[in-house]
Amino acid sequence: MEILVCVKRVPDTAENEFELNSAGNDLDRDDLVYSVNEWDNYAVEEAIQIVDNVGGNVTVITVGDDESEEVLRREMAMGANDGILLSDDAFEASDGKGIATILKAEIEKGNYDLIMTGAQADEGAGQVGGMVAAMLDMPYASLVNKIEVGDGKIIVGREIEGGNQEMNEIELPCVLSIQTGINEPRYVGIRGIRKVASVDIPVKGAGDLGIDAGSVGNAGAKTRRVDYFVPDMGDGAEMLEGSTGEIIEKLIEKLKAKGGL
Amino acid sequence: MTQIFAYIPFNNGAAEDVALEFPSAAKKIDESASLTAVVVGSGADVDAVANEMTSVYSEVIKINQADFAYPNAEVIRKALVNVIPADAIFLVPHNTFGMDLAPGLSVKMDSSYAADIVDFEGIDGTALKAVRQELGGAVSTHVTIDIASGAVISIRPGSFAPVEGGAAGGSIIDKSGDAGDLSSKRKFLELVAAEVGDVDITKSDVLVSVGRGIEDEENIEIAQELAEAMKSVVSCSRPIVDAKWLEKSRQVGTSGQTVKPKVYMAMGISGSFQHMGGVKGNPFIVAVNKNPKAPIFQVADVGIVADILEFMPELTEAINDL
Ligand SMILES: Cc1cc2nc3c(=O)[nH]c(=O)nc-3n(C[C@H](O)[C@H](O)[C@H](O)COP(=O)(O)OP(=O)(O)OC[C@H]3O[C@@H](n4cnc5c(N)ncnc54)[C@H](O)[C@@H]3O)c2cc1C
Ligand SMILES: Nc1ncnc2c1ncn2[C@@H]1O[C@H](COP(=O)(O)O)[C@@H](O)[C@H]1O
Repeated sequence: MEILVCVKRVPDTAENEFELNSAGNDLDRDDLVYSVNEWDNYAVEEAIQIVDNVGGNVTVITVGDDESEEVLRREMAMGANDGILLSDDAFEASDGKGIATILKAEIEKGNYDLIMTGAQADEGAGQVGGMVAAMLDMPYASLVNKIEVGDGKIIVGREIEGGNQEMNEIELPCVLSIQTGINEPRYVGIRGIRKVASVDIPVKGAGDLGIDAGSVGNAGAKTRRVDYFVPDMGDGAEMLEGSTGEIIEKLIEKLKAKGGL
Repeated sequence: MTQIFAYIPFNNGAAEDVALEFPSAAKKIDESASLTAVVVGSGADVDAVANEMTSVYSEVIKINQADFAYPNAEVIRKALVNVIPADAIFLVPHNTFGMDLAPGLSVKMDSSYAADIVDFEGIDGTALKAVRQELGGAVSTHVTIDIASGAVISIRPGSFAPVEGGAAGGSIIDKSGDAGDLSSKRKFLELVAAEVGDVDITKSDVLVSVGRGIEDEENIEIAQELAEAMKSVVSCSRPIVDAKWLEKSRQVGTSGQTVKPKVYMAMGISGSFQHMGGVKGNPFIVAVNKNPKAPIFQVADVGIVADILEFMPELTEAINDL
């Protein structure tokens, strides 16, 4: 089975306190810690396990800048066989459709049976997988938390509200967006990363892919981010301050009043 | 004139709450827009929901076909492409069905797409201004959506004020005959119900809920001790279940349990909408988080900036000494 997994380099929500820049139109990105989108690790792990069982090849792909190469290498250290970096100034500030258009152009050059994305990335959109599928006229299932590979088709479980699961039969080739919890992504150590440090990763731009630069990037975007802001949510929580002892004393009074103790 | 259509999700013949929220969203897009409910399904349920919607929407489109006995987004998408005008604004809920349907639908309709919108700020020319969140709710953004050739937009359930249903008055248009070819390469097989666990967290008045801030499996015990002192049980956010540190039945959120405790102790939980979507009934929320900017502090009643691994044992001890 030829499997392609789309991955994205994103700011790590666990490692960062997000601040706006002084102009207020972007995050202050100077000290941000980046990593692979959480959902994508589950997708890569699943791809590796499928190939371990039925044979084949796992390719990881990303649309990004030079620094995005590091996330491809990390996923190759996990066990993906190949990496492809799609990078061009013309791709900058693409909306979801732009990213999907770029990925589609490369996917068409290959011969993939299964294409996987994460269920969502840093922007919380959950859009690229479904768009790629529709552009390629392939069937799609989102939020997949179980995969059983059969002959020419696979059975997938979709996680729906309340943790219930919707079982589907889907024909290959298809696109699946992967939900966390489907497996336990393997740990990647420094040694693993070192092993793939010098593997060649091809970089392709708009020209290589035959993409009209005006159809992607900021030029082609129909949905555009105008600014970042911190919403005024009213008062928010009453913050308890003081020594730990004082805080606990105040908290216990409140818990008693509210039926917590 | 702006034409807005809203996809009405329903269960067992009753529309979901978001059906009453779309009209508020539509008003914020364009006061003067026309608004049509779209009800897709099979059998008596569709008729019941379409009728119910006539008390809220002046126009209701129903598409009744045996192929829609289960809401398979891949099949429904094909019908919608044939029924919805290509240059309209089409609203869907940002839930597990909407996430399955909407991105592909926007491609097939050649429309703009915007996901998980929490507010609208009106139209300027062909640009619709909207609000969404990124990075798990840590920051908000304004986006502009070009609606010149239509837009598919998913809205976050619970973000717009529900309207009151009035007297029935809307008309129902039957478009079942226009659905077109419904063949699909994805077939629904069956539903598998979520596992029932050893503890029913929905029965507890107090929940000590732990998130990724608990850092390690062995630290769960610290939360268990606090829960015991508070005569309550431990619940958790999704990453704790993904890591297999606690059972799925203890997960609070849209893909877990819906709980209605009196007191909810959010320990090392950032406060994503999928997590908070499972916390109902307006409980007293106490949040402890080491990040003063954590979004949970916007929804909690009481906030404490602290390391839960140090704070919880001290709180347990103080409660046990009472
Ligand atoms: C379709 C879908 C459905 C989902 N359903 C659910 C669901 O049902 N339930 C759910 O919970 N999530 C759900 N999620 C996931 C959700 O989007 C978030 O990823 C998740 O809720 C984050 O969990 P968290 O707050 O524990 O982790 P994080 O967002 O990583 O937050 C951890 C927090 O702990 C703090 N912290 C770290 N260490 C410490 C410490 N020592 N002391 C104090 N604080 C500390 C950090 O500052 C941070 O705020 C769903 C996602 C999708 C796409
Ligand atoms: N720039 C990108 N390059 C490659 N894949 C991406 C990119 N952006 C999003 N994806 C894929 O689409 C998934 C969902 O992201 P999104 O639609 O942006 O929420 C991610 O988990 C990735 O698999």
